[in-house]
Amino acid sequence: MSRTLSAPVTVSFDYTRSVGPVLGRFLTGLRDGRFVGARLGDGRVVVPPPEFDPVTHRATTDFVDVAETGTVTSWTWVSEPVADQPFDRPFAFALITLDGADAPLLHAVDVASPDEISTGMRVRARWAAERTGAITDLVFEPESPEVPRLGAGAPRTSTIGTDPVTGIVTPVSLDYTYAASPEESAFFRGLAEGRIVAQRCPACRKVYVPPRPACPVDGVPTVEEIELSDAGTVTTFCIVNVPFLGQRITPPYVSAYILLDGADIALQHLILDIPVEEVRMGLRVKAVWKPREEWGTTIENISHFAPTGEPDADFATYAHHL
Amino acid sequence: MRDVAVVGFAQRQMQDYDGSPTCAELLVPIFAECYEQTGWTKKDVGFWCSGSSDYLAGRSFSFVSAIDAIGVLPPVNESHVEMDGAWALYEAWLKIQTGEVDTALVFGFGKASAGVLRRTLSLQLDPYTLTPLWPDTVSIAALQARLGIDAGLWDEAAMAEVVNRSLSDAEKNEYAVRAGGSSVEDLLARPMFADPLRKHDAAPVTDGAAAIVLAAGDRAREVRERPAWITGLAHVTDGLHLGTRDLTRSESARRAGAAAGLDGVEIAELHAPFSHQEIVLRRELGLADDVRINPSGGPLSGNPMFTGGAIRIGEAARRIWDGTAGKALGHATSGPALQQNLVCVMEGTI
Repeated sequence: MSRTLSAPVTVSFDYTRSVGPVLGRFLTGLRDGRFVGARLGDGRVVVPPPEFDPVTHRATTDFVDVAETGTVTSWTWVSEPVADQPFDRPFAFALITLDGADAPLLHAVDVASPDEISTGMRVRARWAAERTGAITDLVFEPESPEVPRLGAGAPRTSTIGTDPVTGIVTPVSLDYTYAASPEESAFFRGLAEGRIVAQRCPACRKVYVPPRPACPVDGVPTVEEIELSDAGTVTTFCIVNVPFLGQRITPPYVSAYILLDGADIALQHLILDIPVEEVRMGLRVKAVWKPREEWGTTIENISHFAPTGEPDADFATYAHHL
Repeated sequence: MRDVAVVGFAQRQMQDYDGSPTCAELLVPIFAECYEQTGWTKKDVGFWCSGSSDYLAGRSFSFVSAIDAIGVLPPVNESHVEMDGAWALYEAWLKIQTGEVDTALVFGFGKASAGVLRRTLSLQLDPYTLTPLWPDTVSIAALQARLGIDAGLWDEAAMAEVVNRSLSDAEKNEYAVRAGGSSVEDLLARPMFADPLRKHDAAPVTDGAAAIVLAAGDRAREVRERPAWITGLAHVTDGLHLGTRDLTRSESARRAGAAAGLDGVEIAELHAPFSHQEIVLRRELGLADDVRINPSGGPLSGNPMFTGGAIRIGEAARRIWDGTAGKALGHATSGPALQQNLVCVMEGTI
């Protein structure tokens, strides 16, 4: 058995960016099936145009159209592509100096094997039929006439708008295998058996639930494992009135900090089976577990906490844990 | 300027860390080692500064969880950079220069194996014209390597020599995740991964953490007979646009080296995550043939993201402490194809 529990996690976000006048001109060019570069202070023509001259630091103003053909100045073979690259099979990334430009552009070249690409090779852009004004509107392919031009004859004017491109949307999605710490893993494994596992700091004797890799007060591992009761006291709470994406319970409902008996850190969970206006600090509550056959290594084994009917706890018993 | 020295260093490197990406449980024993080396408790540390990234952890504010390993009641003077721990060291050195504190503990950590590192690193590129293509960090290094090969500045055999020396030296490094030299011929017989790079030309994806302790003046002399005094510290960056850089060179490394002063360096720990980049750095830093490069095995034997640069400084400092070198260099890099470079020169006497 692994020391830790882990689960797949995907973090994704669509980055919406305004592009400004310089990149906007470049991306509008791509949308229209042409390359717009800029002449820098030292006379070099560079594609994509930098917003500011890297030497003089002046804003870029001298725009130049360059050809859709060019020469490979360096290349590599992507033998194991990663997600969202221009091809999902092996392909080449290359530095390509377009005819009329003096500095290379990084892009993908559609060739079937590393034998089909070399430094000095001539390539041309192959435009997507539908273009949005993004660097992904094209790939490159060998200029040689023997290679059939897939997608050749794509219209030079896009079907998607004629206004200048002012923004791009870049979806970013990252996959992780997220591991819980060994201490958190012990907590989740305990839950799968209906137990609430905590740990005590050897220095300050405080009891943490869920247990943490180190006592945040003393910075030492919390090694001594103890089991807590599933009953405790509401220390503070809030009434959720606002609907949000993914909400599982119809508002209003109560999310509370519950100080389990014997713990020094409150656990956050739901308080149900009581009208929201009756929830109060000091309320004694107990875990309501889902049916055992639904249990896993998750805090969701506890459906919610519900009042025990005991008298409220004295404020002094939880005042230090607020 | 105040005299500031490296007086403590601890590290862990591993291929696949069986723990949480916040690495708090990994940092606890590392800090314990630093306390043991210095005889300090956490109360002796005037300033804490870490280097890490949420993109590696896959969760937000991961560095906040990591400070559990310090124990922060009462609260501590703390900061964080989204960069290698070497840049956290730079911030801590500045903090000591201000006179506000006399001591600092700098750390870096990361669990690169939790995601696909070479893909995640596409997010450090120009977000308009590069990131949407997801050029992975190995591909970009390979484009750089071929430019140098085509220009006659190095060849695959020279790259393999760097690898062979690194992996041979790594046999003596208990933290190396890749070790074992063979021969240039054997290395060249292995298959290409990102032509012209073979897998061994790239640093292994490594999990890990490291900490470095800094102290000023007498605080440093109290800890060690021979502290590693920082006599030069500089960092410089090249621009964002790959197309306007000469990738066969590293102007930023050259400038950082010139600012720090490298004359007389005997040992250099170079943070070159790709074999050919060591050749670039050697040239830009003007290191003579008799300068011993990466006696630890260097990044090709283990390169925890956000820690690999700090480890270079720690490894160089150790050679000052034990008297192996009178003057040593620790170098750190960040960004694609040696975009940003930090140079830390240390000496045994000042």
